[in-house]
Amino acid sequence: MVKALARFKKGIIDENPIFAQAIALCPVLAVTTSIINGVGLGLATLIVLFCSTLVVCFIRNFIPPQVRIPCFIVISATFTTVVSLLMEAFFPALNDALGIFIPLIVVNCLILARMESFAAKNPPIVTMFDSLGMGLGFTLALALIGVVREIIGMGTVFGFTVIPEAIPRNVLFILPPGGFFVLGLLIVVLRAVKDKRLKD
Amino acid sequence: MEFILIFISAALVNNFVLSRSLGICPFIGVSKRMDTSLGMGLAVTAVMAVASAITHVVYTFVLVPFELEFLHIIAFVLITACLVQVVEMYLKKNSPALYRALGIFLPLITTNCAVLGALLLNIDLFSDSLLRAVVHAVGAATGFTLALVLFSGIRDRMSYAPIPKIFEGVPIAMMVAGLMSIAFLGFSGMISL
Repeated sequence: MVKALARFKKGIIDENPIFAQAIALCPVLAVTTSIINGVGLGLATLIVLFCSTLVVCFIRNFIPPQVRIPCFIVISATFTTVVSLLMEAFFPALNDALGIFIPLIVVNCLILARMESFAAKNPPIVTMFDSLGMGLGFTLALALIGVVREIIGMGTVFGFTVIPEAIPRNVLFILPPGGFFVLGLLIVVLRAVKDKRLKD
Repeated sequence: MEFILIFISAALVNNFVLSRSLGICPFIGVSKRMDTSLGMGLAVTAVMAVASAITHVVYTFVLVPFELEFLHIIAFVLITACLVQVVEMYLKKNSPALYRALGIFLPLITTNCAVLGALLLNIDLFSDSLLRAVVHAVGAATGFTLALVLFSGIRDRMSYAPIPKIFEGVPIAMMVAGLMSIAFLGFSGMISL
């Protein structure tokens, strides 16, 4: 149990998929124009990650090692299809905003990496906590980038105006270049914080 | 004329890497040297062109008539995976040097979101014509190659530059990509499809 909780915390902070490992960057840059979109995609990815790693965990002893990657991809494609149909039915507006990035969850490197490097070697309980931690770490990172871009680019948070109308918005930050800049700078800030903590 | 417009739109105006944020992993991962990025770009171009033709046929003549459109994600991923396997075997036999240079990123073309992204966009935009879908995919792959090669050239120069230690690695790559993306914003509005 202690080990499971440690895995959970690692995924959120020490091994955060975006800020520490810098994997699965495509959806991060594309959909974080607002916090709602970021959290929406983060949670959709979390569900796919959680379900597919759990399935991998239960059938790992029946998958021949030579064909494990195709098996993993089919498993994650199945859950991506399920999530994309659910999104279409219950959150049509969010589904339209995220567009092709919902089906693209299937090729999210984070999911394949966790299946290959963790779920295929560990028992179900630990895997569940690992997936939750990684998924939440991913969602939080998307939310953080989304919040920064939404505030600078549109002056709003969750659609509510937080910066007075008189101050001009910098539209660049909700365009593609803004995603690159905000992600790069956030990694630098987090590195600085970590360095300082190590020194103290 | 229409094909030229589709091509330029996919390669420059809606550049996959710099405007649509697709295919960032190989963009950061294999762009250390110009020749490997060119090789990667060509491999992706081959996979994308053939995959878009096959997926178009499968979608129009198998999935739609049998009302199995919801299976398109699984079908497309499997088709891409098979093609990547073929390209991998071809390179291993005919160009071992490039095969070694690309390393893990070669099988990872399967999970390159640029490839699957192009196939999915084809369904949305060009589900009526095979030729247009293929031109779109080739344009997209050319744009991907262009971004990769340009970026590797900049990275070459950057290795001699005094970069602050805290910016090394991903952050400085992001800054460069951001600046390139601003440059590519200049193409927006040139063509609207």
